[in-house]
Amino acid sequence: MQYKTNKLSSVIEWGTLLSTTLIVCFFLIVIIWEIVSKGASSLSWEFISKVPSEGMTKGGILTPIIGTVLLTLITALFAIPFGVCCAIYLNEYAENNWLTRTIRASIRNLSGVPSIIYGLFGLALFVQALQFGTSLIAAGLTLGLLSLPYIITTTEEALKRIPNSTREAALAVGATKFETIKDVVLPSAMSGILTGVVLTLSRAAGETAPILFTGAAFYINGSTGYINQEFMALPYHLYMLSTQHQSIDQVRPIAYGTALVLVIVVFLLNLTAFYIRYKYRKNEN
Amino acid sequence: MRYRTRILIDKLFKGIFKTTGFLVLALLGGIFAMLVYNSVSFFLDIKPLDFITGMEWAPTAKVPKYGMLPLIISTTFVTLGAMIIAIPLGIGTAAFISEYAGKRLKNILKPAIEMLAAIPSVVIGFLGIVVVSPGIANMADLPNGLNALNGAILLAIMALPTIITVAEDAIHAVPNAYKEASYGVGATKWQTLRKVIIPAAAPGIIAAVMLGVGRAIGETMTVLMATGNASLIPSGMFDSVKTMTATIAIEMGEVPYQTTHYYALYAIATVLFFMTLFANLVGEFFINRFRKYHAV
Repeated sequence: MQYKTNKLSSVIEWGTLLSTTLIVCFFLIVIIWEIVSKGASSLSWEFISKVPSEGMTKGGILTPIIGTVLLTLITALFAIPFGVCCAIYLNEYAENNWLTRTIRASIRNLSGVPSIIYGLFGLALFVQALQFGTSLIAAGLTLGLLSLPYIITTTEEALKRIPNSTREAALAVGATKFETIKDVVLPSAMSGILTGVVLTLSRAAGETAPILFTGAAFYINGSTGYINQEFMALPYHLYMLSTQHQSIDQVRPIAYGTALVLVIVVFLLNLTAFYIRYKYRKNEN
Repeated sequence: MRYRTRILIDKLFKGIFKTTGFLVLALLGGIFAMLVYNSVSFFLDIKPLDFITGMEWAPTAKVPKYGMLPLIISTTFVTLGAMIIAIPLGIGTAAFISEYAGKRLKNILKPAIEMLAAIPSVVIGFLGIVVVSPGIANMADLPNGLNALNGAILLAIMALPTIITVAEDAIHAVPNAYKEASYGVGATKWQTLRKVIIPAAAPGIIAAVMLGVGRAIGETMTVLMATGNASLIPSGMFDSVKTMTATIAIEMGEVPYQTTHYYALYAIATVLFFMTLFANLVGEFFINRFRKYHAV
């Protein structure tokens, strides 16, 4: 082959790969453009501070916002201590034997279990067996279980980055193993752990399938926020408004607004995580 | 604090940490036990073979029929469609980011992929209804665009971040010496990519695809919102389909507890569990193979 044709073909080849990348970016741009351009007009202070009214064709989305915040809070309260403790066990205590390997394998498998199966498990365990009923607490715990494998994995990675000499120094001056972990290892791994936790919670906040049968409700009239009662949540609200509402066209602006708020919440959480990571890396250097 | 109390606290917390480790085992065991227990209750009524090979899913009919073949075919169909879209795009993008993009472009593209991964599935499903569906309806002259093609496009978007991230890691991990050797004998960048880098990264790329498949099979909200949910065996991409996940999501809310129909949904979940488990295990197998070859 001549050198010139080689040069031409290399441009075509580069163009092919570039175009695949551009198509992927195009997906992202379409998603964000559609949500922002059509959702922005419904976004206002009233929209996020008023409860839904008149069969959800009017009013705002305060009730689902409160529901999602409380839901994510319960998820965090359950999954963070549980997940961090488990990661500490795996990284600081566990020996490399068949038991540890089994635990690690089950964590990997758990992260691959479809979210709808977590929903079924939450229904069977929390709603029925433990008699919580369809409620905020049942849904929050279900999302907590779903979040566990991610929190364990990210926390363990953060713990792994702490050099062993740090631990040995603490142990050498007479600290017990627990004191070493509490006062030395955890504080230095904190930003890494936080990054993982925030990213996991942003994922949990956007999940719909696990809360379908564990407590999310189409509409809650009046007071909300009791952990033993059903609740409204942003992702479920969007699902209902776009598929199940009687007058879908009429509520479409509210659906766009809900989608925009949900995306903003998720992106803000992600930005927080990136900020923590960025600051941490800067301090490290 | 006295020495004895300190030791006691140390032991206490060791116990707590260890317990959480075992509880994770119990969680997977619990999920598995729940699936098996409820499936067994179902298989006491319906023969497993009839369930897997039955051609009709009509649990609310006068004579209920519990054949899940249409659901398995629907899930496979939509997942295959998604992979036909996502594999070339994902590998192309991964190769571009790893081999062609400069540092500054990389710093834009990588966060963009993470942003795409962060978008909740319900939002992507919503866009399936408001953007993709009218688009398909216009192009193919259909009354609506809620069909297998729509689901496949959305699932491709859901699976792309996974495929790109894992494939990019794999391509990036190919030792530089391989490339240098290839350039040294006069190969172009493209030839090096196709004949050296991609083959060397192949196990990692296969793993990326399998993890993407696992993601697509288990995805609920997007297919629930965008595929129309008609439980028939699809004959083309423009047919409406009802996947396994969507069936569980729709019917679990309506079915009375502990009826055959209720147990049937757990039986579907069991099949779903093993399908995703299989995809993930194959993915993991190839990741480990890849690590073994390229461990320094």
